Amino acid sequence: MTAETTRLSHRAETGLIIGVDVGGTFTDVFFLNEDTNTAGVAKVPTSRPDQSVGFLAGIGQQASDKQTIATVVHGTTAGTNALLERKGARIGVITTEGFRDVLEMRRRDRPRTWGLWGRFEPIVPRDLRLEVPERILADGTMHVPVDIAAVERAARALIDAGCQAVAVLFVNAYANPTNERAAAAAVRALWPNDHVTASSEILPEIREFERFSTTALNAYLQPEIGGYLGRLESALKGDGFGGEFLIVQSNGGVMSVDTAKRLPVRTALSGPAAGVMAAGYIAQAAGFANVITGDMGGTSFDVSLIADGRTVLSPQTSIDYGMVVRTPMIEITTIGAGGGSIASVDKGGMLNIGPESAGSTPGPVCYGKGNDRPTVTDANVVLGRINAEQPIGGGLDKLDRRAAIQAIKTHVGDPLGLDALAAAEAIILVANARMAGAIRLVSIERGYDPKRFALMPFGGGGALHVGALMEEVGLGQALVPRYPGVTSALGCVIADMRHDFVQTINATVPTVDIETLAQAIDAQSTEGRGLLADAGVALERLDTIVELDMAYVGQTHTVIVPFAKAVSADGDVRPFDRAAIAEAFDTAYRSVYGRLLAGGVPRLLNVRTAVVGRRPKFDLTVLAPKAGGTVGQAQRGSRPVYAGGGWHDTAVYDRLTLPVGAQIGGPAILEQPDTTIFIDPGLIGQVDRFGNLIITRVGEDI
Amino acid sequence: MTKTLDPVTLAVLAGRMEQIADEMDATLFRSAFNPIIAEAHDASHGLYHADTGATLVQGKSGLPIFVGVMAFAVKAVIDKAARDGDLTDGDVYVFNEAYEGGTHFSDMRLVRPYFHEGAVFCHLASVGHWHDVGGNVPGNYNPVATEAFQEAVVIPPVKLVRGGALQQDIVDILLTNSRQPQSAFGDLNGQLNALDLGARRLDALLAEYGAETVRSALDALSDRAEALMRSELAALPDGTWAAEDILDNDGIDDVPLPIRLTLTIQGDRLTLDFTDSAPPVAGPINISRSTSIACCYVAMKHIFPELPANAGVMRPIDFVIPEPSMLAATFPKPVGGYTETILRMIDVVFAAFAQIAPERVNGNAYGTINALSLAGHRTDGRRWVMFSFYGGGLGGNPEGDGLNHGNAPISTATIPPVEILEAAYPVIFTQWALRPDSGGPGRHRGGLGAVYEIELLEEEGQAFLFGERGKAPPQGVIGGAPAALNRFSYQTEAGWHRPPMVSKMVGIPLERGRRIRLETPGGGGYGPVAERDPAAIARDLRLGYVSPQAAVRDYGFKGNGA
Repeated sequence: MTAETTRLSHRAETGLIIGVDVGGTFTDVFFLNEDTNTAGVAKVPTSRPDQSVGFLAGIGQQASDKQTIATVVHGTTAGTNALLERKGARIGVITTEGFRDVLEMRRRDRPRTWGLWGRFEPIVPRDLRLEVPERILADGTMHVPVDIAAVERAARALIDAGCQAVAVLFVNAYANPTNERAAAAAVRALWPNDHVTASSEILPEIREFERFSTTALNAYLQPEIGGYLGRLESALKGDGFGGEFLIVQSNGGVMSVDTAKRLPVRTALSGPAAGVMAAGYIAQAAGFANVITGDMGGTSFDVSLIADGRTVLSPQTSIDYGMVVRTPMIEITTIGAGGGSIASVDKGGMLNIGPESAGSTPGPVCYGKGNDRPTVTDANVVLGRINAEQPIGGGLDKLDRRAAIQAIKTHVGDPLGLDALAAAEAIILVANARMAGAIRLVSIERGYDPKRFALMPFGGGGALHVGALMEEVGLGQALVPRYPGVTSALGCVIADMRHDFVQTINATVPTVDIETLAQAIDAQSTEGRGLLADAGVALERLDTIVELDMAYVGQTHTVIVPFAKAVSADGDVRPFDRAAIAEAFDTAYRSVYGRLLAGGVPRLLNVRTAVVGRRPKFDLTVLAPKAGGTVGQAQRGSRPVYAGGGWHDTAVYDRLTLPVGAQIGGPAILEQPDTTIFIDPGLIGQVDRFGNLIITRVGEDI
Repeated sequence: MTKTLDPVTLAVLAGRMEQIADEMDATLFRSAFNPIIAEAHDASHGLYHADTGATLVQGKSGLPIFVGVMAFAVKAVIDKAARDGDLTDGDVYVFNEAYEGGTHFSDMRLVRPYFHEGAVFCHLASVGHWHDVGGNVPGNYNPVATEAFQEAVVIPPVKLVRGGALQQDIVDILLTNSRQPQSAFGDLNGQLNALDLGARRLDALLAEYGAETVRSALDALSDRAEALMRSELAALPDGTWAAEDILDNDGIDDVPLPIRLTLTIQGDRLTLDFTDSAPPVAGPINISRSTSIACCYVAMKHIFPELPANAGVMRPIDFVIPEPSMLAATFPKPVGGYTETILRMIDVVFAAFAQIAPERVNGNAYGTINALSLAGHRTDGRRWVMFSFYGGGLGGNPEGDGLNHGNAPISTATIPPVEILEAAYPVIFTQWALRPDSGGPGRHRGGLGAVYEIELLEEEGQAFLFGERGKAPPQGVIGGAPAALNRFSYQTEAGWHRPPMVSKMVGIPLERGRRIRLETPGGGGYGPVAERDPAAIARDLRLGYVSPQAAVRDYGFKGNGA
């Protein structure tokens, strides 16, 4: 035990820690060398179809000797892409008699409110979903024991049909997993295979469609993602890498590669989650407990809220229509307003931005790759905010500003009776309004006052719109991190280990069996600590967070009830009683709804435990600009920028060489390889000791 | 009066106002006690015109039918306030009257005139489907009602809040007349909260942009919606087309009831004429004129989904709805089953448009919401009522086969999970599956309906069903074939039975271990079956969407399957 700890802490303190975020267009790498107290970044094109090629090329840029690497943490969109592109494995389902179609019937919805078209192809076709006699009742009573011979017949049929993985999905298995376990054991005995999964192993929570869908999607991803991660792992090891290989989950925590191979569905929002984790850490260090992150990419704008240093988790998401994944994930609100979003005027004369997007291929008109409909990026180019002579990302030599002007004039200016410049500014204003709407949704609509929040733009495009968004939503200030374009990769290095568990209890507070509840919490805490121990990663401390999903009898929407009383600091269950549960519920309910319901009976639906292993954090001053520079040295001349109906001669700076403490008044353009920042007139930017740019209104204190 | 707004301010304000309505929706969904609102989103919020009540902005998450119908509800309050002459800032009206207000008595409407500088600027309204508002049957679906009084307690527009002071007398009346007073109280509070929130958000918006600018934006949005509708109509050929369909019966007399539509397009105007449709009927499938108009709006919005959700869309449309008729019922005709009638009206509008613009339509959806209740007393004496609507197939369409197991065109509601139902009620579902051969054959097949089979776990109970499409199936369009009929059966000692009114029956006795079985229709087919790709037929066979017998019978399939 001691030897183990020593080895790990030795590793964590010396050598290279690398975060790799594989996105749709670029693979970003963040290098932290704790020996030399230096950091570096790399950006390489994402390789397709095998992302591991780009991954290894990115690492190779600054770590040619893999033996010097202590830890590699990976944020990946491989799972999301496999789901969106339907490139998972051929899998089979064994399910309760009468329930073969749950995955296909969904919760009886349709793709859009208006218009009755649209289809849904379940990831498991109907002929690979087989039924067996078995039944558990809602209270856990065994109604019909599982027919093992039928399970074996079904398993053989699925093997013969060429399935690579099998999901066992039984109704009410959350209440009693006996039948599911027996069936899964029978399948594994017949077919030794890592890819046999029972729904109660993945998500012992009430609601069959959500549990079946999550389990089936996990099985669907297992062979594919397991193979991908395995290839990466052996390539790293083949080059002498002997450190830890960790994967970011949608909840913003990391897990061991072995756990990721078993639970690939937990990587569904891995990359964006890492970005939000990084934003939270950077903001905290810079003294901002409340931030709203805005990640503007090519096709979307992703917003997330961090209040008092805490990210908000949502219980589930839908990756695509009907592909529901229920596992805690960082709440990220997405709207279709990115740099590539197309501006158009409808028949009623209304200017719209998106949701149609030119993406990165063919991309905006100014890319000259065949799109002739104007995008938000084209408007930014026309207005001088993006440097047409020096595009970011390194993929293009220059941008075609004249083509962008023409497209804006034809598709927006002429229908609205505006000249090209006014039309371009209109595009920006409407795009800003849409992004502001998304920020309002996560702040004002949830009862948070935007004045108390700083906006933190990251991704390639967000920093161009930062001033306008501050103004529209009334945000107090903004913080542009040192490397906005590699925030997710940096988040990989920062993220803690985390494992989430849920178990449905479904009892009223007066009748709940305290012993059962305590056992459930103990089982979750023990399993979480075991997983952390097995991963062998150096951790500063463990936190065990217990929450209850509760509501009054008759309500269907539950509130999250923190129940810290249930565990000690080291995660052991402590005695508690029903009164403690009732009191915790009252506190949580009152904070959400203001008042309690007289005479209402509280009900406990689920218990959730998160076991978090805090990883050692690095000092962000590593990122700060080197001492000795001056503002004058950083200036790169000036260029005209159109804002507020007129051209302004605007100073241009090389952002990365601006020294700590530098103050830049708007209008100003700050350029760096991965983004462009526009400081609007009336705003001022100041470089803090970590190299972040803090933007405030002139005359207001930071 | 109003100034012309620049397109940017207009686009920005459109988004802001939509967000206010959306936020009102979310407020009620979160805090509602009753799953019909909290989960099925059978509610709606919006901003309505100060003088006419016309819908200006409506939340995106509410029930589609309310977009059209709430304008009438707000108008009812405007008229009431004008008659009484005592309107003051801070008043909120409440009512469930369903003739002026539309839909049925379960929908509790709250209307708050929103004042700015001493005058009504617009109205804010909230409507939500309450769990129980009295009447003969828990949950208010009474298939044998012949008068409103048997369906619910009828509340005309009255002041729930006077100048900011809640009238406890009114609250007491509302709660005393509900079998679920706690649920009703929770929903009432949620609706009041939503209206308060809307008023606060409007205060901020008016402070930021000025009342004149916001008013101009509201006017401009309606004008633009009208312009969009006119341009869609102008692009269609002029002419007159007819379509008709039937309801099985009214639950009282087993006589089919026709809905007949003559549709005329002339330039950029549309006339929907329902002359010769059924007269007022004894049973609860009458609908008010306001409901009729609102459901035509739903149909138009499905056919032209890009149209905005405001009343400007309705300006170029003339309605001829015979009075009296089943489609223009007056007090105290029963209206509890309005969902079935409006689904059929929507089917008829689709059938008419299929002749004009086949590239815009689809085969009929399953066409019945199948309101099914199981109820009884537990061994400890507690009463239980399991009430839900069930799904079916959507129609084949120009893009492909219809969606399996969708929700009704008037709704965006999801169905509760089996596990939630089984945990809450003494039942076990023995089947929850797609129903093979239920989709209408065609070039693009209709989506499949479902089979739900439920067994009682208590000693005894009763079932209540209010459904349709048991005699006339959902139709295909442009040569597509109809879907399967709705079918309900229940089990007694003597075996399986079917109700005399096909899909409507009250008080079906059940015992422990006995089952009921509901098989819902699919959607109608799109295009002639002869044009279906043989590979698609083979796939349907392999996946069991179509049985071998039906493949031969309906598709003339000669292969041996895939």
